Amino acid sequence: MSVLIYIDHSEAQIKKSSLEAICYGAALARQLGTGAEAILLGTVNEDLAALGKYGVTRIYQVAGEALQHLDSGLFTKVLAEAVPATGAKVVVFSNNMNGKALAPRLAARLKAGFVSGAVALPDTASGFSVKKSVFSGKAFAHISLKTDIKIISLNPNSFPLTTGEGKAEIAPLNIAVGAPKVKVVSATQSTGQVPLTEAELVVSGGRGLKGPENWGMVEELAKLLGAATACSRPVADAHWRPHNEHVGQTGIAIAPNLYIAIGISGAIQHLAGVNRSKTIVVINKDPEAPFFKAADYGIVGDAFEVVPKMIEAVKKLKGIV
Amino acid sequence: MKILVCISKTPDTTAKIAFTDNNTKFAGDGVQWIINPYDEWYALVRAIELKEKDPATVIHLVTVGLADTEPIIRKALALGGDEAIRVNGENADPFYIASQLAEVARQGGYDLVFTGKETIDYNGSAIGGMLAELLDMPYISLAAKFDLNGSVATIVREIEGGEETDEVNLPVVVSCQKGMAEQRIPNMKGIMGARSKPLKVLEPVAIAPLTSIASFELPPAKAGVKLVSADNPAELIRLLHEEAKVF
Repeated sequence: MSVLIYIDHSEAQIKKSSLEAICYGAALARQLGTGAEAILLGTVNEDLAALGKYGVTRIYQVAGEALQHLDSGLFTKVLAEAVPATGAKVVVFSNNMNGKALAPRLAARLKAGFVSGAVALPDTASGFSVKKSVFSGKAFAHISLKTDIKIISLNPNSFPLTTGEGKAEIAPLNIAVGAPKVKVVSATQSTGQVPLTEAELVVSGGRGLKGPENWGMVEELAKLLGAATACSRPVADAHWRPHNEHVGQTGIAIAPNLYIAIGISGAIQHLAGVNRSKTIVVINKDPEAPFFKAADYGIVGDAFEVVPKMIEAVKKLKGIV
Repeated sequence: MKILVCISKTPDTTAKIAFTDNNTKFAGDGVQWIINPYDEWYALVRAIELKEKDPATVIHLVTVGLADTEPIIRKALALGGDEAIRVNGENADPFYIASQLAEVARQGGYDLVFTGKETIDYNGSAIGGMLAELLDMPYISLAAKFDLNGSVATIVREIEGGEETDEVNLPVVVSCQKGMAEQRIPNMKGIMGARSKPLKVLEPVAIAPLTSIASFELPPAKAGVKLVSADNPAELIRLLHEEAKVF
């Protein structure tokens, strides 16, 4: 009857979005009057027992060299054995890059009802329905699941991290791991930067910045705030910024606590990727820019004058003179 | 080399999102329908590029939908592809769709199955993974690059804050996103030619959906923007710090 949370990792580090999934799974277990446990495939360089503070009592671990890199087929076979072995009825993933590959696969194998991109705890008052983001953030749907086993993947930055007391018990699970079919040749990660999908604060620039040479102030503001940088589609298409910074309907969708849009008009396709942000700030010299309608705070003004002053103010606030 | 490209019909990116029947149905009347951009711009165009390199390649398109999906199938055929298959079923749920696609894929014996990374309406990113499982094939999701060398595919996929390069033997299921290819506009020859390309209609296999949509809701309206004078950006920083408490 328990809730089982999948712990995703890369480079032997647990993903922050998996911690959110643990908190979500633990809250769901409390709501259902059952226990929350987690499962890790592979090994990490972290104190697993300490994850107990997020609300899980036990962490199942399946060891195997082949489990350090995702092969969704191989991982699915392992999880399909683990789920009945642990007695779990609800499995929670983060809807992050690996979760998007793995969760639907497992759902198909177990014939489990699946909701991806959940943004809130399930409504279990009568039945079991989960609120998810649809139409690229422009609406929500409540999906009912009627299967015995249910799988939910939680959108990153949709559930708060809360910690309490407690240590989790580590329980090795003995499951035979097959041979991988996917060979990982290389992986590159921009080091020292906050991954955009995990970032709580994001500073984003658009065509109003006129050229790639003007991104210095965007980067400086982002660095001072500990924010990730992003951009609009025309900027990525013009190769002013890398494609992985493009947020919007056809780029990536994000839901940070703060989104600062500088020189972005706010076309509907851009809004689709950012409108789940909790606070939106728009800096644009055009008072008619549609983005102001979706914003919480705004300044109508020239970014080249406003942003340096914002940087000064943040420096003052942080005591950096 | 046989490629199956899965396409889906979605409302245009600028369509007004509204619901009817007590918020249980998308208000589709008067909406412009398009091929899901990820399916069209990335999955289909990359398949066409592979065929341009190796003309012996055969591309089949497949969609699950009623007769009203045929205009977008013809549009896809105008871009490229040799023939199309429409499974005459409704969009019941992701497992239902994936099961129908799996049936078509099994019959056709494809080396490569492309999907978009997600549809822009339901944002499920579920079909590719489910399909791969039902076909017992490897699955690479969120692919930004795809190259083929004999029967070995080299695929770059997005990971948090970076990318990973994978090698996998065919057959494989790949979900495609930005980077795979560039959007194309169909030309007149393509549009004329599409009319005579075969479009087969198959009846769906009996599959019980595992989920259903209970209702939709729109997000609450924003309270309205609080404007700060351009002369005083420090006030904006103060508000963000003290009122919004975001840093």
